[in-house]
Amino acid sequence: MNLLALMPFIVLIPLIASGVVALLPGRTLPWVATLLAALASAVIAALVLPEAIGQGPMSYPFGNWPPPIGIEYRVDAANAFVALLVAGMAAITLLWAPKSVAAEIEGRHGTFYALFLLALAGLLGITLTGDAFNVFVFLEISSLATYALIAYGQDRRALLAAFRYLIMGTVGATFLLIGIAFLYMVTGTLNMADLAERLPELRDNNAVRAALAFIIVGMGLKLALLPLHLWLPNAYAYAPNFVTAFLAGTATKVALYVMLRFVFTVFAPDYSFVVLPLSTVLMVLAVAGMFAGSWVAMFQIHLKRMLAYSSVAQVGYMVLGVSLATLTGLTAAFLHLFNHALIKTALFMAIGCVMYRTGSAKLDDLRGLGREMPWTLTAFALAGLSIIGVPTTAGFISKWYLVLASVEVGAWWLVALIVITSLMAVYYIWRVIEAAWFSPRPQGAVAVQEAPLALLLPTWLVVGLNFYFGLDTRLTVGASTAAAEALLGAGVALP
Amino acid sequence: MTLLSFFNYWVVIILMMVGFYCVIARGNMVKKIMGLNLFQTSVFILFVSAGKIVGGSTPILRDGVEVYSNPLPHVIVLTAIVVGVAITAVGLALAVRIQEAYGTIEDDHLRDDFDEEDD
Repeated sequence: MNLLALMPFIVLIPLIASGVVALLPGRTLPWVATLLAALASAVIAALVLPEAIGQGPMSYPFGNWPPPIGIEYRVDAANAFVALLVAGMAAITLLWAPKSVAAEIEGRHGTFYALFLLALAGLLGITLTGDAFNVFVFLEISSLATYALIAYGQDRRALLAAFRYLIMGTVGATFLLIGIAFLYMVTGTLNMADLAERLPELRDNNAVRAALAFIIVGMGLKLALLPLHLWLPNAYAYAPNFVTAFLAGTATKVALYVMLRFVFTVFAPDYSFVVLPLSTVLMVLAVAGMFAGSWVAMFQIHLKRMLAYSSVAQVGYMVLGVSLATLTGLTAAFLHLFNHALIKTALFMAIGCVMYRTGSAKLDDLRGLGREMPWTLTAFALAGLSIIGVPTTAGFISKWYLVLASVEVGAWWLVALIVITSLMAVYYIWRVIEAAWFSPRPQGAVAVQEAPLALLLPTWLVVGLNFYFGLDTRLTVGASTAAAEALLGAGVALP
Repeated sequence: MTLLSFFNYWVVIILMMVGFYCVIARGNMVKKIMGLNLFQTSVFILFVSAGKIVGGSTPILRDGVEVYSNPLPHVIVLTAIVVGVAITAVGLALAVRIQEAYGTIEDDHLRDDFDEEDD
């Protein structure tokens, strides 16, 4: 079987399936079709990853038009890794979906799952494509589907959250488009590999500088980097639980990937980290995000919003790894990108189980629930250990590499900051555990049952993965290192 | 005069800033979407400007035409226009739903409800 011919189907299967799923009647049928499509994508992505790591970049020209004339899908270790993460998280969250979606969304589910598949196809398309304008188109496909998915939330504030995300997301995407326009004006090409060849001659061109700045701000918006994160907490808090679990694991990760692809592949790192004070800017924003996100999370009483602010902090860790601009730093960024997807999805799934039974995600309504829903809250506590970074969890591995990367450049103060923000995570996770296990159930509270197995099993699957990847790091560290090497090229000397 | 010869870029910048200001400063959601449209349109003009060649003809194959504009930006802008229309449609649909749910689409009236911690 020709793997290269199969590779574009990672994107095409969800894209085509979305049209079919939209027409399917009832509730079970659309879900089954969606799950099959996501699984197929994940399987192909899993086949492509070892090939991309072992054999180097794979290129698929669409319509047999050779690049740079035609659009190509270009897959190296970096995007194969992200594609596997996105497709895999989609398949796992879909296993969890049916009960939760049935409780939150009325009527038939065909259109809902069709939108989900469109969002998935968009995210995968962004990851695989080797064409700068194609990135913009796929970005908008996934974003538009995401706005609609968020608006499905039961609370009417979901509509406002979706609208604000639409405004900010569109501004971000348009910034990316402006950046691409500048690049096209000075180089006359949109193919990323081609751009990378032509840009070194234009080092002193102001349009190229502006392009880099526009692209970083645009993707910073989609990534929810600190001052541009305002859309994220409410969008995550009011979206349907299944959508939150999926987005938390994928959307910001893909945005980070796009930023890395532009910073490292299109503008080589010896350009982007020299012409702009990118290292300093990203480091300051990352540290500010780590602190502000964790700080605000400590005082949230709406648990989904608490986890959303925690996401802002975790994005900070990833960007911190990038800002070091070393191989270890970039490896840490990719590791945390992967591990945080597992952690946050597990946490949102556990909260989703609580909401399924109690209908509320507020801290007060959680009091004493530990004895009534022990499996759900144990899952939350264990995933919480992972976000804190306790050894044997996936969260520890990525923080460990981040610490290694900081020590490598002699920035001991960063190690201190990482430890302090981890302690803040201890506090906000502990609040939940304290309320659930050490507070009495309020008088007159309705008796609550344990969440159904259909929700518990996938939740525990992700929690299990958190511990599996905390102990066996061959896949994650191996693929992250390969991804970082693919982006940095053959060892670039940095200032 | 160089300042005037770049007038298309001046138009782009002015449109862009007018649109962006509208998105930020206007509380009415329909006006926000209009601002967003203006903002995007300025980028379309930026792209089309890049493809124009002075003295060039339209990029249609016919006899006697040697110099013609670059057609690729036109195609890109067509795609971007479609994206823009889709965003406008989704945005307006959300505005309709917000009007139904809250009875207003003025951001100022909605802010208090939205930023409260809980119900």
